[in-house]
Amino acid sequence: MTEIAISANGLVKTFRTRKGPLNAIDNLTLEVGRGETYGLLGPDGAGKTTTTRVILGLLSRTGGQSSILGFDSMRDTYAIRERVGYIAQQFVLPADLTVIENMRFFASVQGISQEAQDARIPELLAFAGLTDFTRRLAGQLSGGMKKKLALACSLIHQPQVVLLDEPTLGVDPVSRREFWSLLGNLRAEKGLTIFVCTPYMDEAERCNQVGLIYKGRLIAHDTPSGIKKMVPGHLLEFKPAKFVPARDLMGGLPGVLEVQTYGAMLHIFVEEAERGRRTIEKTLGSHGLEWSGMRIIEPRMEEAFISLVSRQEAQDHDQ
Amino acid sequence: MLRRILAITQKEFIQTVRDRTTLMIMLSMPLLQLILFAYAIHMDVKHIPMVIADQSMDQASRSYITDMVRSDYFDIISTVQGEADVIHAIDAGTARAGLVIPPNFAAQVDRGSANVLLLVDGSDPFTTQSAYNAANVISQTHAITLALDDLSRSMPAISSQDLSPLTTHINILYNPDLKDLWFLIPGMIAMLLQTQTIALTSLAVVREREAGTIEQILVSPIRPLELMLGKTLPNLLIALINMLTIVVVGTLAFGVPFQGNFPLFLGLALIYVFAGLGLGLLISSVSQNPRQAQQLNMMISLVGLIISGFIFPRYTMPVVLQGIGYIFPLTYFIPIARGIFTKGIGIEFLWGSVAALTIFAVGIIFFAARLFRQRLD
Amino acid sequence: MPKRFQRLSALIRKETTQLLRDRRTLMFIITLPLIELFLFAYAVSLTVYHLPTAIVDQSQDSQSRAFIQALVSSTYFDTTLSLQNETQVVQAIDAGQVKAGVVIPPDFSADIERGDANVLILLDGSDSFSVQSGYSAASAIAQSFSLNLTTQKIVHMGLASGTAAGSPPIVTSTRVLYNPDLKDLWFILPAIVGMIIQTLAVAQAALIVVKDREIGTMEQILATPVRPIELILGKMIPLLVIILLITAVILGLGVFWFGVAFQGSLWLYFWLALVFIGSSLGLGLLVSTVARTQRQAQQISMVLMLFSMLLSGIVYPRNAMPLIPQFIGDLLPLTYFIRISRGIITKGVDLAFLWPDALVLVGYCLVVLLVASASFKKRLD
Repeated sequence: MTEIAISANGLVKTFRTRKGPLNAIDNLTLEVGRGETYGLLGPDGAGKTTTTRVILGLLSRTGGQSSILGFDSMRDTYAIRERVGYIAQQFVLPADLTVIENMRFFASVQGISQEAQDARIPELLAFAGLTDFTRRLAGQLSGGMKKKLALACSLIHQPQVVLLDEPTLGVDPVSRREFWSLLGNLRAEKGLTIFVCTPYMDEAERCNQVGLIYKGRLIAHDTPSGIKKMVPGHLLEFKPAKFVPARDLMGGLPGVLEVQTYGAMLHIFVEEAERGRRTIEKTLGSHGLEWSGMRIIEPRMEEAFISLVSRQEAQDHDQ
Repeated sequence: MLRRILAITQKEFIQTVRDRTTLMIMLSMPLLQLILFAYAIHMDVKHIPMVIADQSMDQASRSYITDMVRSDYFDIISTVQGEADVIHAIDAGTARAGLVIPPNFAAQVDRGSANVLLLVDGSDPFTTQSAYNAANVISQTHAITLALDDLSRSMPAISSQDLSPLTTHINILYNPDLKDLWFLIPGMIAMLLQTQTIALTSLAVVREREAGTIEQILVSPIRPLELMLGKTLPNLLIALINMLTIVVVGTLAFGVPFQGNFPLFLGLALIYVFAGLGLGLLISSVSQNPRQAQQLNMMISLVGLIISGFIFPRYTMPVVLQGIGYIFPLTYFIPIARGIFTKGIGIEFLWGSVAALTIFAVGIIFFAARLFRQRLD
Repeated sequence: MPKRFQRLSALIRKETTQLLRDRRTLMFIITLPLIELFLFAYAVSLTVYHLPTAIVDQSQDSQSRAFIQALVSSTYFDTTLSLQNETQVVQAIDAGQVKAGVVIPPDFSADIERGDANVLILLDGSDSFSVQSGYSAASAIAQSFSLNLTTQKIVHMGLASGTAAGSPPIVTSTRVLYNPDLKDLWFILPAIVGMIIQTLAVAQAALIVVKDREIGTMEQILATPVRPIELILGKMIPLLVIILLITAVILGLGVFWFGVAFQGSLWLYFWLALVFIGSSLGLGLLVSTVARTQRQAQQISMVLMLFSMLLSGIVYPRNAMPLIPQFIGDLLPLTYFIRISRGIITKGVDLAFLWPDALVLVGYCLVVLLVASASFKKRLD
C-alpha cells in the first residue's frame, strides 16, 4: 500500500448565501497516494476550487476531516504551507514585480537562504524556460509564461506536494502541452505528488488517478481507464446526414442506453454492439435518413464523463 | 443613439444598485454631513474656558469679571494666583484664555490708570480670534460705562445720549442672526455635487478599463460621448437625490430658508453637474488605475475646497490662485448657489457666472470625449 | 525567528518595489501634501481684510469723511464703489460686486453735534468669513470712533480735568501666547501635518490590502507560510517610512520656507508622530477588513476624512460641540495628535503636559493593530 499524501474524509463546506446555505462540498472523501498525479475533474461550479482551498487550509471547513502529508488542514496550516506548492486559478502573482523579483519574493517568504536561492532560481527558470525573461514584469508575460512562472514560484521551496487549480486555464494548446510535460518531468524526477483540478479531458488522461466531482460530491474515482470502463455497454459513432431527426429517433430505441452529441456526430451507447448497430441502421433506413461512418469505438474520457454526470443528474432528478 | 445611451445607463444602474454598501455610503454621506454641520459646527465660539487670577478681589474687579462671564463668551473654570499659573493652565490646554487683574484694581480704576492683562491661547485659530475680539470689546465697553458713570455723577445735567453722539446700526443682509447652517448649506450642495460627479465618473471609467470590460464596449458601435453620458446618468441621478435631500432636510428640519426660485436653481445645478461629469471624465482619461483616479479626485476636491470661495473668500487670495480657481466649476457655482438659495436673487444678477459655467461645461465634455477616443486606440 | 525575519523582509521588499514602481501614484502621494501646504500658506487667511465696500456719503462733510477714513485705514474695508442711496447698496451686494456697504445720512456733522447721528452698515450675510470679520471690525471701529467723539466732546465742554477724561479708566493689554502676530500658518501647520498623515495613512493602508484581495494575489500569498502579522507589518512598514518622510518635508518647508517657529522637542515629536502614523495605518487596516472592493475602501476613507476634518478639533473647536460629535471625535487618532502637534510645535510644551494624549495614542496604536491582525485571518473566508 502506498503512503497517503492527501486525504479528505466526509468533507463538508457550506457557504452562507443570501438564498440560504449552499453546500459547496457535500460529504466528499478522497485519498491521493504519494507520487501519484491526481486529477479532480468536474464541470464548472462543481466545487473543484473550494475543495482545493479547504484541503490547503485557505478556507475553513464546515465538517469532516482533511489533511496533507498527515498534517491537518486547519490545525497544522503552516506546516502544510511549508511543504506544499499551490497555484491559484487566476493569475495572482504580483503583476508589477519582475520575474526574478517574484521568484525571490516567494523564495524568501518560504525561508530559503540566499545561497540556496542563488542556486535554485536559475535552475527553476531554466526548467520553466523563463531564463531570457527575468527582467520582464510578470503582468506583461503571455498567458502560458505566467503559468510557468507560477509553477516555478510554487516549486521554489522543493515541496513534496503541489496543488494546481486549473493551471492551464486560458492557455494555448502548445503551452498546455509544454506545461504538462514539465509536470511529467517533475513526477518522474522528484517523485512529486500532484493534485490538479481541471475541466479538460485530455489533461485528465495524463493523471494516474481521476476523481469526478459533481455538485460537491465525488461521484466516481478510479484510474482513467477504470473510469472509462464504468460506462455500461458499447459505443457506436456515426454521422447522420440530417442531424436533428436522427438524434430524436435514437432515444426511444430498444437497447439504446444513452445518446450524446459530438460535433456533427452522434455517439450512442448500446447494450450490445452488433445488435445495436443493426437496430439503428434499420430504424434510420425505415425513416429514409442517411448516415455515414458508422463504427464501434472505445469510450474516451469525455464520453465517460458526460455519461456519469448525466446519470447523476437523472438520479438527482428522480429523488 | 438614445437607445445605446440607455443600454449603458441600464448596465451602470444595475451595477450601482447591486453594490449595496457603496450605494448606502453615497446616499447617506450628504445627510451625515448636514447633521454634522448642524450640530457640531459653530464658527462663532462661545463658552471659551478661561482661568482668572484676581489679585484684587475688590468690587471693581468683581464687576469687571461679571461683565466677562455675562457675555457668554467665557466660562470661568478656575481661579488661580498669578500670571505664571494662567500660562501653565493654557500650556496644559485646560484653559484657552486667562485674565490677570493686578492688586488694588479699584483704586487704580478711580485714579484712571488700571491695567488688565488678557492672555489668549494662540494655537487654535477660531478660539483665538473669538476670544481676542470678545475680550477687547467687553473691556472697552466696561471702561466706557465706568467713564460715563463717573461723568454723569459729577455733572448730572448731561444725559448719556449727549456723550455718545453716534449710533451704528449693522444690518446683515440675508442671514441676520448669522446662523452657521445658513452659510454652509448652499456651499455644501455645490461641494457635494462636485465631489460626487467627479469622483463617481472618473472611477467608473477607470474601473471599467482595469477590468477589461471597456474593450467589450468599444467594439460595439457606441460613440465615446454616448458612452460617457450613459455611464454618468445614474451618478447624476444619485447626485440629484442627494441635493434634494440636503435642500429638503435643510429647509424643513433645520429651518434654513430657500429664498430664490427653485426651478432656476435646479436647472443651473444640472449645468453644473455636467461640468463636473466632464471634469471627471477628463481625470479618467489621464489615470491608469483607480488609485490614481482617486488621488486626482482628492487633489481636485481639496484644491477646489480651498480656492473656490466655499470656505475662504476669493478676493483675499493672490491673483495667481484666483486664476487657478477658474479651472473648477465649483468657483462658478458657489455664487450661483448662494445667490439663489440665500440671497434670493434672479438670473439678472447671475448671468455672468451662468454663462461661464455653461461654456465650461460644454467645452470640457467635448474635450474629454476627444481625449478619450485618442487614449483607447 | 530568523525565518520570520526573512519572510518579513521579503514582504517589505515586495511592497516597496510595488510602491516605487507605480510612479504616478507615488507622485500623488508626495505632491498632494505639498500642494496642500502651499495652498494653505498662500490662499487661506482666517481673518478677512480688504472687504470690497460700497460707500454712500450723503453728507460729504468733515465728520463723514473722517468716519470713512477710519473704516478704510483699519484695512478691513476697501472702498470700491461710491453710490447714491441704500437701495443701490443692496443691489450691489445682491450682484456680488461688494460684500459690505456704509450709508451715512445727510447732515452727519450736525447730527453728531446734536448727539443723534446714525450710520448704517450693511453686510453680505451669505459669505460667513467676510461677514464675521466685517461685523466685528465694523463694530469695533464704530465704537472707537464714537468713543473718540465722546472724549473730544467731554474735553470740549471742559467738563473734566484733562487726564481722567482723555483716556478710559481701564486699559486692557492683550497678549496672544505662542503666536503673537496671529500668523495664519502658525495656526494651520501643526493641524495640516496631522491631517495629511492620517488621510494618507488610512487611505493607502486600506487600499493596499483591498487591492491585493480584489486581484487575488492575497490567495497566492496566503498559501505560503507567511503569518498574518507579518503580512500586515510587511505592508505597513514601507508606508510608514514614506509617510514619515513626507511629514519631515512638510515640517521642514513650514519651518525653513514659511518661518513657522518649532518651539518644542523635535525628538519627542518624531516618536509621537511615529505612534500616530502607526495608529492611522491600523485604522486603515480596519477599513480594509470591512471594505470588499477598492471603491468601498475609498469611500470609507472619505467618510473618515470628513469626520476628521470636522470633529477632531482641526478647524472647529471641540469644546463648542455637543457630546455625541465629541465622542465620535474621540475615536479618531487625529483628535489626540492635533493636541500633541500644537503642543509641541506651537506651544513648546513637553510630555509633562502631553502625557495623557500620548498615552491614549500608544494604547490606540496597540489596540488597533491587534484587532486588525486578529481579524486578518490565515484563511480566505
